[in-house]
Amino acid sequence: MSTTASPTGLADPDELDLRLPVSYLADGHSVRSWLLTTDHKRIAILYAVTITLFFFIGGAAATLVRLELATPEADLLRADTYNKLFTLHGVVMVWFFLIPSIPNTLGNFLVPLMIGARDVAFPKLNLISWYLNVGGGSLAVAALLLGGVDTGWTFYVPYSTVFSNTWVSLTVLGVFTTGFSSIATGVNFIATIHLLRAPGMTWFRLPLFVWAMYTTSLMFVLATPVLAVTLLLVFAERTFGLPIFDPARGGDPILFQHLFWFYSHPAVYIMVLPAMGVVSELITCFARRKVFGYSFMVYALVAIAVIGFFTWGHHMFTSGMSPYAALVFSFLSFVVAVPSAIKVFNWTGTLYRGQVGFESPMLYALGFVGLFTLGGLTGLFLASIPVDVHVQDTYFVVAHFHYIMVGASVSAYFGGLHFWWPKITGRTYPETWARFAAILMFFGFNLTFFPQFIAGYLGMPRRYHAYPPEFQIWNVLSSAGAAVLAVAYLMPLGYLTWSLLFGERATNNPWDASGLEWRTTSPPPRQNFFGSPRIQGGPYNYHPEGVAPVHDQPRLPSRGSLT
Amino acid sequence: MSRADVEACLREGHPDIEARMREPWSDLETDHATAFARQRDGAAFGIWVFLASEVLFFGALFLTYTAARLANQEAFAAAGRETNIVFGTLNTAILLTSSLTMAVASQAADKGLFRRLTLWCLAATAVFGLAFLVVKGFEYREDIEKHLVPGAHFALSQAPAQIFFGFYWLVTVVHAIHLSIGIALVTRLAVMGWRDVDFLKENPQVEVTALYWHLVDVVWIFLYPMLYLPGRSG
Amino acid sequence: MVGRLMPETASLQALLTDRIFIGLTIASAVILALVIGLILVFSIRFRRGSKANRHPLPEIVSREFEIGWTAATIFLFVFVFWWAASAEIGAYSVPPDAIEIHVVAKQWMWKTQASNGAREINELHVPVNKPVKLIMTSQDVIHSFFVPAFRLKRDVLPDQQTEAWFQATKTGTFHLLCTEYCGTDHARMLGRVIVMEPEAYASWLSAQPEGDDLAHQGERLFSERGCAGCHAPGSAVHAPNLAGIWERPVHLEGGHFATADAAYIRDSILQPKRDVVAGYAPVMPSYAGLLDDGEIQAITAYIRALGSEPVSVREPGTPQVRSNVPGGVRERSPAMVPGAPVLDENEAGGSR
Repeated sequence: MSTTASPTGLADPDELDLRLPVSYLADGHSVRSWLLTTDHKRIAILYAVTITLFFFIGGAAATLVRLELATPEADLLRADTYNKLFTLHGVVMVWFFLIPSIPNTLGNFLVPLMIGARDVAFPKLNLISWYLNVGGGSLAVAALLLGGVDTGWTFYVPYSTVFSNTWVSLTVLGVFTTGFSSIATGVNFIATIHLLRAPGMTWFRLPLFVWAMYTTSLMFVLATPVLAVTLLLVFAERTFGLPIFDPARGGDPILFQHLFWFYSHPAVYIMVLPAMGVVSELITCFARRKVFGYSFMVYALVAIAVIGFFTWGHHMFTSGMSPYAALVFSFLSFVVAVPSAIKVFNWTGTLYRGQVGFESPMLYALGFVGLFTLGGLTGLFLASIPVDVHVQDTYFVVAHFHYIMVGASVSAYFGGLHFWWPKITGRTYPETWARFAAILMFFGFNLTFFPQFIAGYLGMPRRYHAYPPEFQIWNVLSSAGAAVLAVAYLMPLGYLTWSLLFGERATNNPWDASGLEWRTTSPPPRQNFFGSPRIQGGPYNYHPEGVAPVHDQPRLPSRGSLT
Repeated sequence: MSRADVEACLREGHPDIEARMREPWSDLETDHATAFARQRDGAAFGIWVFLASEVLFFGALFLTYTAARLANQEAFAAAGRETNIVFGTLNTAILLTSSLTMAVASQAADKGLFRRLTLWCLAATAVFGLAFLVVKGFEYREDIEKHLVPGAHFALSQAPAQIFFGFYWLVTVVHAIHLSIGIALVTRLAVMGWRDVDFLKENPQVEVTALYWHLVDVVWIFLYPMLYLPGRSG
Repeated sequence: MVGRLMPETASLQALLTDRIFIGLTIASAVILALVIGLILVFSIRFRRGSKANRHPLPEIVSREFEIGWTAATIFLFVFVFWWAASAEIGAYSVPPDAIEIHVVAKQWMWKTQASNGAREINELHVPVNKPVKLIMTSQDVIHSFFVPAFRLKRDVLPDQQTEAWFQATKTGTFHLLCTEYCGTDHARMLGRVIVMEPEAYASWLSAQPEGDDLAHQGERLFSERGCAGCHAPGSAVHAPNLAGIWERPVHLEGGHFATADAAYIRDSILQPKRDVVAGYAPVMPSYAGLLDDGEIQAITAYIRALGSEPVSVREPGTPQVRSNVPGGVRERSPAMVPGAPVLDENEAGGSR
């Protein structure tokens, strides 16, 4: 980690503590001051703690699944147990880890800082959103403890409504509840970005991370209610016997799938747009360049968010839809890949004529670009109807969405966490370990999921605990990769925790980054800034000739003028 | 209320604007009047975004209904004839009237002049809301007596009619929950306004509550033809 | 031992799909190599402290690049879409001479029945180089019929029929897998598709225990379950005659038309009041719960056997028609004669 003195002249944070207001971390130490906080930064920490917990619950389920799949026979788990484990893995990872991951931790922490605001527009709503998330998560975990759910995270009817004998209603209720947490976050971010930007922070001066959070919030607000209704209908049918989808009484199970994917396809973009935002910040900082084609990057984000709403049908090419509808959905699925491709090229272009450094956040970011590109390209296979028909519901699809949602999004989450860790905690972590973990994660991930593409095209269906023996070689490779990946995910937990206790104090701007969030102390005080930020230029004011960025306002006050 | 109005209020020594400012708006580096105006804008903006979300929520329900009805037109018409149009029409009238009183309350509070009128209108709105629920309760009792609950003893022979009544129960209960939340919010405003003379004056909460109330009303305007009119057109 | 990288290719569709798959793989590999190559080259050349030139790019260059690669991506994607979509459209319609096989899926087994009535469980024998059409339904949850070697997959839905077709190009035994998660033993819902030479298939078929073929079963059910009481010619009840309606447009109450396909017949049996044929009173009771899926398929097969193309259509105004439907000339409602103008307004009006 860079130890260059911050250009603000405040290199010695210990001395700062005597004069500046206390940091948000030191602003109250009681449990109450955390659980009833309305500080967006503290809420971000609360979220970080809960999603880490859920990440390891979901990860444990995945570990057991991969262990079982090492052999073709069912030797470790019974069929029902296996079904409950992959359902648990899917439900927890999608709704309680991935969807809140970047928006609710990094987003909560950074959006107000990046736009120069004191807090989000509705701080109490922000706290309520966390409680809803925890409440929903508790219901889902309760369902797990009571005996589990075996429907898969998709809850397809009529299996989930009529045939499953597990805790479907409770889980559905948990997901329903956490949906309102997403909506609350979305409303909050949209209002914050619209109304609380600092003077001079025009729309086209916003950092791309803020744009990513804005588009994600739009999807939160417009897609999540549809999921809520869909799950409500399942809940009503199962619990109160109101037969909405029951085919025996004239209902249509395909309708459920349309509604479900109307949410769940945008949900993929909810998971990946924030990751794109994070990576844009990281690559510009470590390439010391303005992002290549800022306005194209913004339009690409908006285009993905808008077109992403109209591609859900490609999940249903084999379910029986009209051939015309299939063609339209296929076409739109190709179209939505265009803005993603633009982003990949622009990230690559940003490196050109830069001063590229390879600190750990950058390694995660470069890993993201590689994994996202492969994930995105395999998306084209799934948009082509004949190929999709073959690989639908096989491991090919599993590999594809893991590349996007885990390879890309989780890499970006870890990259962002490492990048802003000094700002969030005021501590630095051991950089060598971090680089090692980043590289291990990249290779572990590819070893885990690349073989699944091959197994999938060979025809191995998903959600099989026992499988024809010719697929074993690919599953063994995948399980071996999962072991590596597990180590790579556990390592940051170790050294980041270590850094909290023993890490060096971080300077205010350890990366010499240009964003507004670096123009305050590490960690920031409760009210974020000293004085009022005024913005005079666009983001990413790096210039590759020198290493240091050109600074915007506000500067930290010189000593003695703190009020 | 325009920014100029707030400034005017401030000059006239409006004591409670400062008290009503809250984080993060109170920290905006402008004068209090502008900051307060922006806080009001923020509340209205937030509720509009939330209403967009609600529109998608009910929109998805209506879409599901439409798809099911297109597939089962006969059964939906037959089932629609079983609902009680008298209760339904009465409730529509009640809810529309409540929206009128709510709108008057919102406008009056916004002008900050007619406290008594505001209070009466809020109270009337809450009473209309309760009346709606009472009528709905009678209707539910009749429906249960007529075996219109989907299941083994369902009254109609056509199976898809059960889907209609699945919707009927689900949608009306969801609407009633929304309405109950609305009644609670309106009652809260009325009580606070009754206790504290200045509470309602220019308070953004009144407008926010009113917008929510109107949404609940608009949802019912869609539900009425969906649930009570099928099969009755001729 | 490293396994195969591509699944076996044993159908016409498999060839098409593989061609697109390989084309996409090559394109993806090129793009991926380009992106990774550029990242590596830029990262090394412009690593921190290197002596490379770092002057700012002129604005026009970056805009041209941006437009250039956007256009290239759009072109590539539209091309792939066109390629995949035309393959899909080409494979959409079933050849008319296809062998029909009925498939019923249930937790957790596949039941198949050839048109001569031969039944199998978790196995499906088909002849090579002949189009085979599958007519599928499920008795419980959603399943999906997947034969990797044929690149064929179709969801099997409860209370609905779905269709798929394939033409095997290789003899041998291939996996039949369920790919829509269907509960506990989803992973055990496996079967085999056995593709045989036509002669071998014929001898296999004749060695099967005598089963009524579906149409005959259907005919028996038609009289046993009382359908014939109304729908037979000369019945006292005014009900549409079903001979010759197969795959023909039917004029419905309210001015709509429906095609008398399997789905329509199924609906008419289970929800007879939904689409009433113009000119008839909605008097038929629902048979939901009285006929199971297999029986409905049998009755459908019977109605299909009654034919679809009458030899001669009546002259306008003539009440009698002739047709080659088994069982001789039948009396029909005017509305049931495909293509015939409806002149008997008074009759239709009378029963309304």
